[in-house]
Formats: sequence, C-alpha cells, structure tokens
Amino acid sequence: MDVTVAPETTQETHISISGVSKTFQTRNGTVQALQNIDLNIQKGEFVSVLGPSGCGKSTLMMLLSGLDTVSTGRITVGKKHIDKPNPDAGVVFQQDVLLEWRSALQNILIQAEIRKSDMGEATERARQLLKMVSLQDFENAYPKELSGGMRQRVSICRALLHKPPLLLMDEPFGALDAMTRDQLQIDLLRLCSESDMTVFFITHSIAEAIFLSDRVVVMSPRPGRIEKIIDIDLPRPRRLAMREDPRFIEYTRELTDIFKSLGVFREEY
Amino acid sequence: MAVLAEPTATPAARGNPVLRILGKVSPSAWSLLVILVLWELSVRIGNVPAYMLPAPSQIFQEFIDYGHRLLPNAGVTLFEVLLGFTLSVLISIPLAVLIVYSRPIERMIYPLIVSSQTVPMVAVAPLLLTWFGYGMTPKIVIVILQTFFPIVVNTVMGLNSASREMIYLAKSMGASNWQVFWKFRLPQALPSIFAGLKLATAMSVIGAIVAEFVGANAGLGYVILVAGASFNITRQFAAIILIILIGVVFFAVLEQVEKLAMPWRRIAR
Repeated sequence: MDVTVAPETTQETHISISGVSKTFQTRNGTVQALQNIDLNIQKGEFVSVLGPSGCGKSTLMMLLSGLDTVSTGRITVGKKHIDKPNPDAGVVFQQDVLLEWRSALQNILIQAEIRKSDMGEATERARQLLKMVSLQDFENAYPKELSGGMRQRVSICRALLHKPPLLLMDEPFGALDAMTRDQLQIDLLRLCSESDMTVFFITHSIAEAIFLSDRVVVMSPRPGRIEKIIDIDLPRPRRLAMREDPRFIEYTRELTDIFKSLGVFREEY
Repeated sequence: MAVLAEPTATPAARGNPVLRILGKVSPSAWSLLVILVLWELSVRIGNVPAYMLPAPSQIFQEFIDYGHRLLPNAGVTLFEVLLGFTLSVLISIPLAVLIVYSRPIERMIYPLIVSSQTVPMVAVAPLLLTWFGYGMTPKIVIVILQTFFPIVVNTVMGLNSASREMIYLAKSMGASNWQVFWKFRLPQALPSIFAGLKLATAMSVIGAIVAEFVGANAGLGYVILVAGASFNITRQFAAIILIILIGVVFFAVLEQVEKLAMPWRRIAR
C-alpha cells in the first residue's frame, strides 16, 4: 500500500522552503513569527509540523498555501513559486468551515463549483469520498445535523475533491474529543493511501504526529525555528496498536525530551 | 396577531381532545380574545362614552358601516408601504455591499447614514412635502428614509460575518472576488439581512403614516387626521386596527419568505 509511495522510493522534491522568514507588524512593534526556515518535502511524503502554540506553524501553512506571503526567502511547490493563493492544494483548518446553508454533499461540491469542473464527475467523486469516511448516509444532512467529527470529515472530503497533489492541514483534529480523533486519523490515512498526495500536517500532539507521519518537524517558539527533524520508521498501514510499539514509545520519549530541553515542558513542582 | 405565533401545541394539550383543539389556537389569539372581552365589558359596565373609548363591538360596527371608505384608504397606505419598502431594499442592499467592499465609501457614507437616523421623520416630512407635493412621492421617500437604516446596518453586519477561515478557504480554492461574495458572503449574510428586513417592515408602516399625517388626501393616516378633527374616536380606532393589520401581515409574509429562503435554519439541532 502506502509503503510503495514512501519518500525513499520517489526521490522527487515536491515542496521546497528555503531561507523563509516572516515578520508581522503589530501595535507593540515587529514580531518575528518564522526565522530562516529550510525544509524540503518529497512527493507523497506525510510531514507533520509539531510545536507549541506560538511557534509559527500556522504561519508556515499560510505561506505554503499562498494565503500569506514570505518576508524573505522562497517557497516552491512543484515547479510553482508560491506568492499568491495556490489552488492546487487542498486546505483543512481546525474549524471545519462548513457552509451552514449547504448539505454535506453540496459542501464538498463547492470545490468543483468554484473550479467550474464537471459536476457529474465531481458528484460521483464526492459520494465516493463520503463513503470512504462512512458518511454515505449523510450526504443530504445539513452541517447543523452533524457531529463535530462528521463535520470535519466532510471538510476533509471537500479538500480532497479535486485530487490535490498537496494537502495542507492546520490542526484539523484539535477541536475533537480523543476517540473521534483516533478514528479521524485512521480515516485520513485511508484517504491518503488512495493517491501519492503530499501531506503537510500541523499539530501540537506528539502522538498524533508520530502516528501519522513519515517525518516530524519539531519547531520551537519565539521566533519560530526548526529545531529538529525526525524520521518515523514505522510500517504502513498504521494501526492504533502501534502506539504501544517500543519504537513508537521511543519516538515519544525523544520528542518529549526535545520539548523539555526547549522549556516547553517544565516538570518541577 | 394570531399569524405571528408558531403552530405548536402545548404538551399539556396532548391527552384531552377538547384541550387539544384549544391548544391548536395560538396563545396570542387567546390573549387577544381576553383583552377584547375585558375591554368590551369595562366599556359597557363603566358606561364609557364612545367619544372617549369605543367598545370593540362599536369598532366592528364602524368597519361594516364605513368599510367602503376605509378599505380604499388602507389600500393607499399599503401601496406606499410596499413600494417604499421595495425601493428601500433595492437601494439599501447594494449600498451595504459598497460599504463592505470599499473602505473610502464606508468612511464617506456611514457617518451620514448614522446621523440621518437622528433626525425625526416628522421634522423632515414638511420639507419633502414642499419639494414633492401632496402626492405619493413624499410618502414613498419617507418610507425609504425610515427603513433603509436597519436594512443597511444589518446587511453590512451580515456580509462581514464570514469568518477569516471561510475567506481563506474560498481563496485556497481559487475563488474570484465575485465567487467569494456570491457563494460565501451573501448566503452567510442572509439571516442578518432578514433580521434587517423584518425590522424595516414595522418602520415602513410608521413612515407611511407619519408622511400622511403631515399632508395627504388619502391613506389611513389621513383618515385618522380627519376623524380626529370631528372627534370620531371609533373611526380612529378602526383605522389604527387596519394599520396594525398591515404591519402584522407584512411581517408574517416576510417571515414565511425567510423560511423558504433559508430551509437549513428550520432544522433543530
């Protein structure tokens, strides 16, 4: 399955971030959100960015999607230099941002409407996506009628409708309860396994980052820098039981130690 | 009044068939009935003369005797209300869109709009009469002046209520400004727009009556003025009831339109 699209086998750089910094002007002066970020991501790779609040990880996603522009440095996705919104990517936020006036199916189809794609084909694909996340019986439900986890699944389907080569996710499961979160992680991996899509996933959960990723990028706050990049050498398909795997526990310990050394965790009391 | 209430039966009325039928009549109809009965009784028992306070039965008689003159005048007022309201909507919503999309226009127009609302319409009405004569025009203008404020303010609020993420999402799909407006902002604004329109219905009736008071030769405001000059309190009451009816029916019709326009709002969580 996914093992075939692991980064080692397809040595093709998909995303290249070089020397990227980002500063914001606020009332209290200039704030540096990101400092000198260098990162290359291979085609089909699942990369998580892990860090505490305020480490600029969301800013990095805004830059990658082209919704915001770099202060210095350069970002390319595929062959494209990113300096304006890049409609090739699929985007998922922490809030599901479903449109209350549209049914689940219509919410997914807005992607096709905006892109003026073939609606027949899009509808078929949308139904197929809904089925993959077990929501086939809810295509006519309004967002109001769906639970938080179901809503976020619809929003992921929406992001995937146009088969984007790149999926950008900003703490998509951050607002969900732990059990729903486990299920959605598996749903996401299932959706990813159908293509060689590159995933850029932002989270502040150590376990989530390890469970999902090929590589975990650890960021430290103020200003946001890349502290360390860790390869996650766990087989795919991933299973929930792998969270008890000694290697998984070792990764957890390693990442926790990094955050301890950064002062993100302080244990004395 | 009865048209305003939701057709919900109280839980207590479920068992007993008599209670069930009584429960189908809306609570506001019951309170109205009680008020009318108390009114009728107190006028009769207290021997209140009709030139002070006519009984409901006397007002009803007035409708029968004088209906042929009351109804055409009600028609005039209704026409002023509907035409003024329609024109007001056609002016106010585009104006709100301009305000939302153009900072300079917002800064130029918004203070004027707000200050225009501090001027009582009775103070402006004589001026308009001087300019436009005794005909329909000054009434329509006053209805517009009276109603555009709630529509503009609520529409502006509604159009601004799309979240930052929603706009990001639209942009990430490559949506044009027109698509952002048409597919995201406008539907998101609908609940607020309807709130403004509903406020405006009441204002439109008030505007028409005020205008007729200042100078007219037809309409319910004119009827009240003429009846007042000859101390015909019963006729004044009859005219007031027609004014209330126009306002309430207009409001109820708009509420139905609102339900049709936003079917997703009817779904209870």
